[in-house]
Amino acid sequence: MITIRGAGLAGLTTALVLLRRGAAVTLYDRAERIGAASVARFAGGMLAPWCEAESAEPEVLDLGREALDFWGEVTPVTQRGTLVLAAGRDRADLTQFARRSTGHETLDETRVAALEPALAGRFRHGLFFAQEAHLDPRRALLDLAAQVTGLGGTLCLGETGPERVDLDCTGMAAPLPRLRPVRGEMAILRCPDVEISRTLRLLHPRAPLYLVPRGAGLYMIGATSVESSSTRPPSLRSLADLLGAAYAVHPGFAEASVEEIGAGLRPAFADNLPQLIHRDGTLYLNGLYRHGFLLAPAMARRAARNLLGDTEDETDRQRLPA
Amino acid sequence: MLTLYGKTLTSRLMLGTAQYPSPKILTEAIAASGTEVITVSLRRETAEGSGAGFWDILRESGAHILPNTAGCHSAQEAVTTARMARELFGTNWIKLEVIGDSDTLQPDVFGLVEAAEILCADGFEVFPYTTDDLVVGARLVAAGCRVLMPWGAPIGSGQGLRNPEALRTMRAHFPDIPLVVDAGIGRPSDACAAMELGMDAVLLNTAVARAGDPVTMARAMAGAIEAGRAGFEANPMERRDMAVPSTPLLGLAELA
Repeated sequence: MITIRGAGLAGLTTALVLLRRGAAVTLYDRAERIGAASVARFAGGMLAPWCEAESAEPEVLDLGREALDFWGEVTPVTQRGTLVLAAGRDRADLTQFARRSTGHETLDETRVAALEPALAGRFRHGLFFAQEAHLDPRRALLDLAAQVTGLGGTLCLGETGPERVDLDCTGMAAPLPRLRPVRGEMAILRCPDVEISRTLRLLHPRAPLYLVPRGAGLYMIGATSVESSSTRPPSLRSLADLLGAAYAVHPGFAEASVEEIGAGLRPAFADNLPQLIHRDGTLYLNGLYRHGFLLAPAMARRAARNLLGDTEDETDRQRLPA
Repeated sequence: MLTLYGKTLTSRLMLGTAQYPSPKILTEAIAASGTEVITVSLRRETAEGSGAGFWDILRESGAHILPNTAGCHSAQEAVTTARMARELFGTNWIKLEVIGDSDTLQPDVFGLVEAAEILCADGFEVFPYTTDDLVVGARLVAAGCRVLMPWGAPIGSGQGLRNPEALRTMRAHFPDIPLVVDAGIGRPSDACAAMELGMDAVLLNTAVARAGDPVTMARAMAGAIEAGRAGFEANPMERRDMAVPSTPLLGLAELA
């Protein structure tokens, strides 16, 4: 029996990988409901390794490629690509983004409008990352949990579990040195008047934005990254920037209702890459930073190999500090 | 050697700590740049979440921490932020920014002077981020500032020195006040040009943080600043319009 503390994204994903490999698994989570205590509920759910590679280490692209297939078997994945846009005056940012990333094509105004008719006449240049996709994080957590229990895994909610567990996936609650919180803020808008079908990223020197359609007129928007452990709700200024950026994408968002605002603390190590750490008989999977859904499958497979005593491959050793 | 409010510095590069791909790369860039002063911006959320690992990483760099009031749009807001920063970082140093225009991030020089007066009287050692306006500089000095930080170009624009003549004028009028060009530097040549003008130091952030390879760019900036300073101290030749042969006129062939 393998015991896991933390039934958030990392814990559930690793549990599923372990169960598929025939192991028996019990998960403990302090929350009463799946996802209630998980920072993943505030995630964008973007499976966008090519975009992320613009500012992340190359490992993010390598590990992230495993995500698309994995999630397709767990939860509905919308594979419509990512559209990266910038206002005319921020064209330099788009040029720089294109130079530092791969897997994209350059779009002119006509192509932008062909992909997203709602944006016709609004953006003269864009980049299209056709291979990227997105999912709904809250749905994905529930679907994960359903598969875990479906395969015979035991989910103990509202319980912290035994003192020592085999795998700890408790994010910021884990007693790991050098783990730091990076605060992210988000809002959910309901705006049936604006029809956008794929993930958008608006480049802007001060108020960048990503917008992920959740279907039925719902959109998740986010972007901010603050080096802080504060869990208070987003400030008016953060929200003004975020909502203003959405309005800049399409003025129709002026009529949106703000359904929810939230802030979460994403655990990160100094290089912003996830790690597997052995400590006092427990394996810790942590530091997914803002790449939770993107990197969880690859890291879960490595954690599972570790827990099941497989020969460690090269990648595992790199991720394991001496 | 450069002395800022009694602290003697060997490096004339001051580095901002925002926008790096990761704290690890930031740490490496700080080391590669040889900087002894790093700036940290403070937001309310950051202050509430103090103890967050990011600051430990900054403290471990060993550089002097210069907190700033980035993003403040009024004198009062900047004063409040400065006091919060003094508590948190245990330093009287404050880089004072009062933004007057949210698009160009141009300093509100009126609010800046007002905040500088309050903070100097309160024992702060103020590094005001200002325009290259001579009279504003004089008002800041009158308020008690012993360092001036004129812009090269708008923050994050990477345009280089938009008005080198104004910086030259400031240099001439403030021979004893350290002048730090803050904002607008995009490339090493921009930083070098500022130092050749006789500026005492350069503060930059985006040019390093958003370079494809921040660590190499940090090293490049440090080299450019050192070269520019040496060039200034070496008293460069005057420009002239005509060519002047630089090899001696000896031993020329006598063509019959």
